[in-house]
Amino acid sequence: MPDAIVVRGLTKRYDQLAAVDGIDFTVPEGRVFAFLGPNGAGKTTTVEILEGLRNRTSGDVTVLGFDPWADGAPLHRVIGVIPQDFRFFEKITPKEAVEYYATLFDVKVDAMALLERVALADKANAHFDVLSGGQKQKLGLALALVSSPKICFLDEPTTGLDPQARRGIWDVIRDLRKEGRTVFLTTHYLEEAELLADQVAIIHKGKIIAEGTPGEIIRDHGRPERLAVDGPPSLGEFLKKRIDRPVTMANGHIEIQMRDKSDALLVLRAIEESGIPWKGFATVSDTLEDVFVGLVGRMDDGIMRAEANP
Amino acid sequence: MNGRRVGADFLVFARGYVRNPVGLFFSLVFPIILIGLFGLIFSVTGTVATTVYTENLDHHSAESVAFLSALNQSGAVKIAVVAPVANESFGTWLAQQGYTVGLIVPLGFQSSFANHTAVNLSLFTDPEDQASSGELIGAVSGVASEFNLQSAGGTQIIGYTDQQLGSQVYKYIDYLVPGLIGFSILTSPMFAMVEISSTYRKDHLFRQLSLTPLTKGEWLFAKILWYVVLTIISAAIMIAVGVFAFGAHVGFSLGLLPFLVLGPFFFVSLGMLAGSVARTPESAAVLGNIVTFPMMFLSGTFFPVSGFPPALQQVAHVLPLYYVIDGMNQVMLFHNNTRAIVDLGVILVGGIVVFIGAIVAFKWRDE
Repeated sequence: MPDAIVVRGLTKRYDQLAAVDGIDFTVPEGRVFAFLGPNGAGKTTTVEILEGLRNRTSGDVTVLGFDPWADGAPLHRVIGVIPQDFRFFEKITPKEAVEYYATLFDVKVDAMALLERVALADKANAHFDVLSGGQKQKLGLALALVSSPKICFLDEPTTGLDPQARRGIWDVIRDLRKEGRTVFLTTHYLEEAELLADQVAIIHKGKIIAEGTPGEIIRDHGRPERLAVDGPPSLGEFLKKRIDRPVTMANGHIEIQMRDKSDALLVLRAIEESGIPWKGFATVSDTLEDVFVGLVGRMDDGIMRAEANP
Repeated sequence: MNGRRVGADFLVFARGYVRNPVGLFFSLVFPIILIGLFGLIFSVTGTVATTVYTENLDHHSAESVAFLSALNQSGAVKIAVVAPVANESFGTWLAQQGYTVGLIVPLGFQSSFANHTAVNLSLFTDPEDQASSGELIGAVSGVASEFNLQSAGGTQIIGYTDQQLGSQVYKYIDYLVPGLIGFSILTSPMFAMVEISSTYRKDHLFRQLSLTPLTKGEWLFAKILWYVVLTIISAAIMIAVGVFAFGAHVGFSLGLLPFLVLGPFFFVSLGMLAGSVARTPESAAVLGNIVTFPMMFLSGTFFPVSGFPPALQQVAHVLPLYYVIDGMNQVMLFHNNTRAIVDLGVILVGGIVVFIGAIVAFKWRDE
């Protein structure tokens, strides 16, 4: 499968500060790629460089074979973009906005059908300035789709949406993938990335610190599968002495690291032997969010330690 | 330049504009209020004679009555004879009554006139009402000269006839209509474009538009088209108000159209240029005002430039709005097409330069 986006050694500097520091990644065509990172990590700068909205300091970037900065005009005919905090002309309705974009892109679009697709048809004739934050984002998504783009850049498309509206946007993203379009998604909702993305990259302080499928990132950077049981500290102390496995306790929640699946029987037997009341016996695995928090936290700790002991 | 894209952007901008009552007010209603206000103020001061409260201490002698009658006939002043004031000076009485001009004809006026001996009239004027003072002094001076000449048995040698330029007599309102159309051509696009350039940048709307096939030139051209339409509507309304409410001698001729097209072309571009070179919305507003305000007052908007001191006339000649207003005066009042074409040439060349400058200065996207 050819690559829709290729990034090699991308760097963006503002004076001495490297907002993006020599990153590399590729996005195959027809896949959903989630680009994650804490605030100020370099996400939006990277996305804007890929969209042709911001020039880079150095490195090679191609999007569908175009250099985004030099070839902005032809690139913008084949990509769709929802910027963060999408804004539009205050006194224009969503229907008029879609028709406006259709004329600019010289395409025929059924405005109502497109608004239906993003669940905004009921507000088709309301002025932009009276739409809620979520409805504005939906209009941004509709406008990004007017030109039937090959790549959709969605910069935090579900921020501020209610759970039902978020699921509506997820359905649109899944449909885009089914149609063979590439989706470049940035989001603060890690479960959203885990649910939707084929591939994930995590950026922190301008550098990519993890990359792969959600499963690969969890496997490579997360903790091993664990057994969890709720009970008093005395149960945790009993298990520590009774079985040869690392045990952690916090707020009445006890986790026992597993070597293999048979450990479940071993631990359950030990719990029963203790005679201490317990409940909620289960296996637990790290989510992408756990891994993200762990990775970013470890990096910050490492940097702080390095700064403290140069 | 793609016509469909320009048309689509024009339509979206026009819809947004007409749905915003504040913008419409300043574009269409405000100039009408201005023309109404100035028309009323200057039509009143131009036609009503100054009332001069007068004490005739010469017991209403024949010569004193003849002198006051001659003042009345001058048309510049209206003599209101009052009974001599007791217990206080005439000046104090005038001030208490709120009157700004007064006159005393002294006792012995008639006998002095008959005996060819000097006699002094007392004029009372208020420095805060220069206009009335000037009317009184001018009228008294003129009539006194007539009486002196008559008393000396002389004949008037040097006379004059008043011939105004052009084929008809012009009133203030005739100058005011093209002046206020020029005011509207300047202020409406300038203030709007300075504001648009900073708010679009703040709201990332330029970046949003840069992701479409619309070009900067097409976007700016659509704005120019909208302000041309708005200017034509606003000019038609102002001419109608001037003609029907104040009897202005101006008409809506085809020769006016190039100014209603090139004027907005120039000032939409200039507004965009000023808004683009400023780094912040606050500095954009300041820069916009610095550019706009001198033009607003020194280009012949409210008063003809020919009445300015020579130094200010020189300043007016470097202001682009001067050429817009002067051109419209030539077309609407003086029918001097040659000078109007020269004015149009200045606006066209300047407009092209400013349009290109604006396109270069304003950025769709960041470096």
